[in-house]
Amino acid sequence: MNDSYLETLRAALAQVSGFIYPNELELQWSILIVLYPYITGLVAGAFILASLERVFNVKSVKPTYRLSLLVALAFLLIAPLPLQVHLGHPERAFEIFMTPNTSSAMAMFGFVYIWYLMVVLLVEIWLDYRREIVLWSKSETFWPKRLFYKLLTFGVDNISPRSLEIDEKIGRALTVIGLPSAVLLHGYVGFIFGSIKANPWWSTPLMPIIFLFSAMASGIAGVLLFYMFLCWLRDEPIDMPCIDTVAKFFLTALIVAFSLEMLETLQTAYEAEEHFDIIALLVEGKLYFSMIFVQILMGSLTPMFLLGLAQLFDLPEKVRKVFYGASAVLSLVGIFAMRWNVVVGGQFFSKSLRGFTTYKMEFAGREGLLSAIVLAILPLFVLAGLLYLLPPWGERAGKESATS
Amino acid sequence: MNPINRRQFLKTAALTFLAFAGRALAAPLAAAEKFFHEPPWRRKKPYWGYAVDITKCIGCGRCADACKTENEIPREPFYFRTWVERYILRRSGEVAVDSPNGGIDGYPPPRDPESIAQSFFVPKLCNHCEHSPCEQVCPVGATFKTEDGVVLVDRKYCIGCRYCIQACPYGCRYFHPTLQVADKCTLCYHRIKNGKRPACVENCPTGARMFGDLSDPEGALTKFRESERTQVLKPHMGTEPKLVYKGLDKEVR
Ligand code: SF4
Ligand code: SF4
Repeated sequence: MNDSYLETLRAALAQVSGFIYPNELELQWSILIVLYPYITGLVAGAFILASLERVFNVKSVKPTYRLSLLVALAFLLIAPLPLQVHLGHPERAFEIFMTPNTSSAMAMFGFVYIWYLMVVLLVEIWLDYRREIVLWSKSETFWPKRLFYKLLTFGVDNISPRSLEIDEKIGRALTVIGLPSAVLLHGYVGFIFGSIKANPWWSTPLMPIIFLFSAMASGIAGVLLFYMFLCWLRDEPIDMPCIDTVAKFFLTALIVAFSLEMLETLQTAYEAEEHFDIIALLVEGKLYFSMIFVQILMGSLTPMFLLGLAQLFDLPEKVRKVFYGASAVLSLVGIFAMRWNVVVGGQFFSKSLRGFTTYKMEFAGREGLLSAIVLAILPLFVLAGLLYLLPPWGERAGKESATS
Repeated sequence: MNPINRRQFLKTAALTFLAFAGRALAAPLAAAEKFFHEPPWRRKKPYWGYAVDITKCIGCGRCADACKTENEIPREPFYFRTWVERYILRRSGEVAVDSPNGGIDGYPPPRDPESIAQSFFVPKLCNHCEHSPCEQVCPVGATFKTEDGVVLVDRKYCIGCRYCIQACPYGCRYFHPTLQVADKCTLCYHRIKNGKRPACVENCPTGARMFGDLSDPEGALTKFRESERTQVLKPHMGTEPKLVYKGLDKEVR
């Protein structure tokens, strides 16, 4: 470790307030670990949105179906990176799979991740695109791309109506398994924190489901934004019934997530156990801006208000679009703040319940702001690549290649 | 379904039902028996334990210093395997706690001595919890408990995820800045394996720190635990520390 980091820690000593155990000065889980539940949440949320169409037959969200799957994949591929970068010994990371400790939530998360990526998401996307992949593997003129599609067919180019029907059946079954898997994936992230009894800010059985519902809100918001942006980019009209329905689910997820968070807070305040004083100080002090202002006011109440207005009144299309877009951006920021408040907030106060440490974020270091920004943008590039290779506006592409 | 099969089916169902019903009746009795569980040191030998007599500690900090030397711990004031906290309880009810550099360099004189009701020192170190949350959460099993009851970290195996540091309720772990692994008290495993005492115990001038074999009924530590009223830190966590304190105050967490 470099001297400048030690220097940062020495400087932080002066900013400790009250008493902390000496080892607690260093904040162990940095901004990268804030990013990790955030990204995983986007995955789970996007996938759950996709499942609406398939499992619950909500036909109007169809235009976002493939996009949701691709968003989920793009973010899922990047999800383990922040963890990996954060490790003291990244080269040993694979031991999690080789010699897992079965009582560790973190180890089990690895398996849920692999299951979800390999068995659910990749297969589902493949099945859904299979017809197009076969068509593209014949019609594509740019040879590397054609080779890619050829490989992707895995040598199966039977696209008779009968075989497509089978695909559809398997795909449906897969989504039915996929839905609980996505829930498990993100529920597990919540459990990683919720199961730490040493930390009263984390330790609650509600943690997995709070994480889950805020994940749904963030995933839906993400897909909604991408969809609107892509329509604009491609100069296509936005399918209003579609985003109206998406907005409805968005609002529901927001309301449930917010209610759960408030329930948890009220319960803590009412029971007022030993740790209550320090938590109250935490919320009134170090977390005031990021929690009261960003997470609650800006990230939850405002979007709920806007989306509610759009539900209650017959607003013109243009206004609705603006409201939806604004709500999506606000709640994406708010949910990031929520992850921050959980992960970093939970490390501010001492387990002696007598004081606070500080977090001095580095800018350039391995766990600094810069790598966080890079890791946050990375999924967007992956998504762009996926959109290029597997355009989700498939119907048309399929028809085009069929006629060409 | 032919009648033979049906009879078979009914029979299986009835037997399954009976099995569950029998278990349901017996369960309360069995549970009561399980309530008392034998400590592991009745079965394993040796099994190491530790005790601190708070009434004897003078806050000289020699233990924390010796630990850093013995185990080559970075000298920075935020990496400790053991440290000593000072508690000052004032008449007003105010409680002040400090542990500057773990107590190694002594403590600043307290302001307004007249207002102090009492003051004492509390040495802290890993509790070598019988049910250690750090061991529970480690994803690769780098943190483990030895046959003789000591919780250790395998430096060649730790991936440096720091989950264990979050899970320890007592702040006993830190992240080693050069080795990039989690680190904590080993009870000087290299010494105790050779029949010596941990460096902190060796260097305590007042005998406030005690180390010994819990499985030895005649041992000094067993005698101490039998004759004194002791307490552990944060008992509600269910970690079952093997480090006990004599003279623990309610303000100590
Ligand atoms: S005191 Fe902390 S580090 Fe030591 S065994 Fe218990 S939980 Fe683990
Ligand atoms: S930091 Fe090392 S010892 Fe601690 S939980 Fe992670 S792998 Fe296990």
